[in-house]
Amino acid sequence: MSLTYLRYELLRTLRNRRFFVFTLAFPLVFFYLIAGANRHATLGGLSLPTYYLAGMASFGTMMAMVSTGGRIAAERQAGWNRQLRLTPLSPRNYFRAKVATGYMMALITMVLLFIAGATLGVHLQAGHVGEMVLLVIVGLIPFAALGIFVGHMVTPDSMGPVMGGGVSVLAFLGGAWGPVGGDSGFMHDVSQAIPTYWLVQAGHVLVGEKAWSATGWIVVAAWTVVLVALAARAYQRDTKRV
Amino acid sequence: MTITDTVTAAGIQLGGLTKSFGAVRAVDNIDLVVAPGETVALLGPNGAGKSTTIDMLLGLLKPDMGDVRVFGMAPAEAVKIGAIGAMLQTGQLIRDLKVRELLAMMASLYPNPAAIDDVVDITGIGDIADRLTNKLSGGETQRVRAGIALISNPDLLVLDEPTVAMDVEGRHVFWTSIRRIAASGKTVVFATHYLEEADSYADRIVLMARGRIVADGPTTEIKATVGLRTIRVTLPNVETDDLSALDGVKSSERRGDAAVLHCTDSDVAIRALLREFPAASDIEIAGAGLEQAFLLLTGDQESEDLS
Repeated sequence: MSLTYLRYELLRTLRNRRFFVFTLAFPLVFFYLIAGANRHATLGGLSLPTYYLAGMASFGTMMAMVSTGGRIAAERQAGWNRQLRLTPLSPRNYFRAKVATGYMMALITMVLLFIAGATLGVHLQAGHVGEMVLLVIVGLIPFAALGIFVGHMVTPDSMGPVMGGGVSVLAFLGGAWGPVGGDSGFMHDVSQAIPTYWLVQAGHVLVGEKAWSATGWIVVAAWTVVLVALAARAYQRDTKRV
Repeated sequence: MTITDTVTAAGIQLGGLTKSFGAVRAVDNIDLVVAPGETVALLGPNGAGKSTTIDMLLGLLKPDMGDVRVFGMAPAEAVKIGAIGAMLQTGQLIRDLKVRELLAMMASLYPNPAAIDDVVDITGIGDIADRLTNKLSGGETQRVRAGIALISNPDLLVLDEPTVAMDVEGRHVFWTSIRRIAASGKTVVFATHYLEEADSYADRIVLMARGRIVADGPTTEIKATVGLRTIRVTLPNVETDDLSALDGVKSSERRGDAAVLHCTDSDVAIRALLREFPAASDIEIAGAGLEQAFLLLTGDQESEDLS
C-alpha cells in the first residue's frame, strides 16, 4: 500500500469535524468535567482522574476505530467503492488503510488524554504507558472489525444513532463511565464479556494493576473472530450487489 | 516502454455478452469490437443495457455468458496496469480533500500515473484545484471525476452518461476536454441517451435497445436512421392504412380522434397530409424520442404503448 495514499486518508480524517467532536473533544471535555471536579476522589479502587483517564481513553479510541465504519458507509453511498474497484487498490489494502487510520486517530486521542491527565496530576510511568498502549492496540482489533461490519450494513444517515447509541452503550457496559455491577454477579459478568471492559482495564495498568487476565484475552479473541466473520460476510454481500 | 506499445490489435472485444437480473435480460448476446483510438457512443434509452454493458466491460459485473477482452486482457488485469479509466454513471467524490490532493491520492495507486498538472490542464479544473471536494458544483464535480478517470494515464477511457448532472455550458466545456483526450489517441467509449452528443462527439454509434445492439455504424448513418419525426394530428374517421400510405410516412397509429404519423421525411408528409385530408387540425410536428425511434427500428409491437 502506498504511503501517499495512507497520508491522504489520514489527512481527510483529521479534517473531518465528527472526528474532532466525538474522538477528541468529547473524551477530553468529559475527562476535565468529571476528573477535574473530583481530583482527589477514588473510584473502583483507583484515583478518580486515573479511572476516567482510562475510561475516556477507551471511549475515545473505540470511537476512533468504529468511526471507520462511518467513513466506509459514506464512501459506499457516494459510489466511491465502485470507483476504487477500478484502481489497482485491493480490498485488503483498502481496509488496511482504514484500520491504520483508525489506529492513528486512537493514538492521537490517547496522547492528548495523557497530557490532560498530567495537568490534573496523574503521574504515569513510561513502562506503564507503553503497556497500556500495546493492550489498547490489541483491544481495538474487534472494534476495527466492528467498524468495517457496521460500515457495510448501515447508511450514513443512520450512522449517527448507531454510533452515538451503540458505542455509548458498549462504553457504559464496559465500565468507561464507572464500574458496572460491582465485583461479582450477573452485571459484572456481562461487563466482562464486553470488549470495552478490557479497553478500560488496559488503562488500569497505568497505576500498576496487572494486565489482562486469561478471560480478557479470550473475550477479545472471541469477539474478533465473530466480528471479522460478520464483516467479511457483509463485505461480500455488498460487492455482489455492485 | 509505455502501455500503448504493448496494445494488441483490438482495443475492446465483447463476445456473446449476456447478463440477466432475475427475469429481465439486461444484456442479450452482444458482440462488439472497438479498435484502438476509436471514439464510440453507446446510444440508447434508459434500460437499453448500456450501463450493464459498461459494468461488464470494466469488470465490475460478471457476465452470465460471454467474454470481455480489453487490449487482449481480462478487465481486472487491464485495470491493474492502469489501462482503463472510467467515469461511472453515478458517484460523488470523497470529502475533506482538496481536488489536487484527491488526484494525488488516486495517482499514488498506479504504476505509471499521468502528471497531475496535465490532468488538471486537460480537464480545465485549474481554478478549483485547491478547493475542497465537498465545495464543488455538479458540473465541477463531473470534471474532477473525469480527471480521476484520466489519472492512471489510461489507453481506454469509459464514460457512462457523463453529462447528466451538467448544464449546457458545463457540457460544452466537458466535451471539449474529451475531444482533446480522444485526439491524443486514446480509445473512448461513452454511453448517452442524447442523440446530439453521440452525433457531435463520436466517430461511430452503437445503438442499443432492450439489451441488444440494433444498429452499429458511422455516426451520420445512424443519425439518419433514428432522426425520425412524428406528426400528430386531429383527424377522425380516417383509416390508419390511408395515412400510412402518404408520401414521407413510414407508419401511423390512432389515438382516439388523433393520429400519429411516423415520418421518414416530415416536410413531404405534411404537404401530402394537407393535400389529401384538408380537415386535419391541431397539427404538431416533433422529433421522435429515441425510445420511439428504437421501437420503430426494432419493430417491437408488444411494448409500443410504453411511450
